[in-house]
Amino acid sequence: MPKTAPRGPEASATTALRDESGQLQPEVLISDLLRYGVAASLSLVTLGTVVTFFRHPDYLVSSEALQRLTSPHPVPHTLGDVLTGALAARGQAFVMAGLLVMMGVPVMRVALSLLIFRQQKDRLYVAITTAVLAMLVLSFVLGAVH
Amino acid sequence: MTPFLFMLVVLGFSVGAGLLGSLLGIGGGLILIPVLTLLLKVDIQYAVGASIVSVIATSSGAAAAYVRDRMANTRVAMFLELATTAGALSGAFLSGMVGGRGVYFVFGAVMAWSALVMLRRMRVSAEEPVPADALADRLALHGSYWDESQGREVSYRVTRPLAGLGLMYVAGTVSGMLGIGSGALKVPAMDLAMRLPLKVSTATSNFMIGVTAAASAGVYFARGNIDPFIAGPVCVGVTLGAWLGSRHLMGRVNSTWLRALFVGVLLWVAFEMLRKGWAP
Repeated sequence: MPKTAPRGPEASATTALRDESGQLQPEVLISDLLRYGVAASLSLVTLGTVVTFFRHPDYLVSSEALQRLTSPHPVPHTLGDVLTGALAARGQAFVMAGLLVMMGVPVMRVALSLLIFRQQKDRLYVAITTAVLAMLVLSFVLGAVH
Repeated sequence: MTPFLFMLVVLGFSVGAGLLGSLLGIGGGLILIPVLTLLLKVDIQYAVGASIVSVIATSSGAAAAYVRDRMANTRVAMFLELATTAGALSGAFLSGMVGGRGVYFVFGAVMAWSALVMLRRMRVSAEEPVPADALADRLALHGSYWDESQGREVSYRVTRPLAGLGLMYVAGTVSGMLGIGSGALKVPAMDLAMRLPLKVSTATSNFMIGVTAAASAGVYFARGNIDPFIAGPVCVGVTLGAWLGSRHLMGRVNSTWLRALFVGVLLWVAFEMLRKGWAP
């Protein structure tokens, strides 16, 4: 593993994407991806919640609607459901889209690691990372079949 | 209770769970799932689905800082994620197979175990030389980190990667089945079996938890167990609580008595969950 980046407390203080030698710092890239991914997801969830209560004022007063919430019931659970819901400005679909972004953050992190290992020409870790990525993709596919 | 009020209550509890979790160094899931199921009577499959997404949020947030500080060992993480993701997939499917009662039962057992791990963390382990390992060399798992208290870079060697892989499969299964990060299983696996320094183990565990959780979250989503009405406020609440805890409360609260108190609560909840699994 090439150790070109500065280490220690001075390293954590620098937020630059590149070190003095102009090289991309994988750690900073990954850190930023995680940070902004979580922020984007939470914004979508919050937005969706606000939209939901705007469109369903009865949720503020009626207690009947809660009945279905604590027992098993159908919720959007395919990418198509979420997409059509979001296009129709349905609040819960926005929330779901936000949650999907959250689930996507680690997937993107692994994909980014794959690019980094490939750039470092680390073939063993390219193979390991590809296998992990495949497993993540498989989880969505297998779950849908189930 | 109206949906609005329900959401506020869930949000409130989630903030509390995130806050407490960050102070105790555990994820919010272990606290949140008993609250959702025992107090708010949410179906356990939905509670697990909501929790697993919030686990991604908190671990990603914490990992962002750990990676930047180069405390997490990203190579160890990537190697072990082979096992945690496979385990998470198994766990998510297993959870569907054994049903609610089985999940309660396993949850109770894992909670009791976590309580014991927390108790044990109070003692300091002795330093022994790390045995050499050819596979660990081949995988270039060894690393170093900046130790703030010693004021220097500390390098360490890693051993028994295959034992780590096996233990991580178990940790992944538990995580996928119960919707928790299962850091209480991951940290000892790296700390005791692979001999990573505790700080590095904790940081690397956080880094891995997101990917592990994402693997099982995919299954829960496709199965329709991630309900936006519950998962939304849980996700926002736990993240907010964890952020508040690490920013503003860490160091101000004496975590030793908090930990002792929590171990007691954990054992009691474990008992409740076991009982629910045994005879609902």
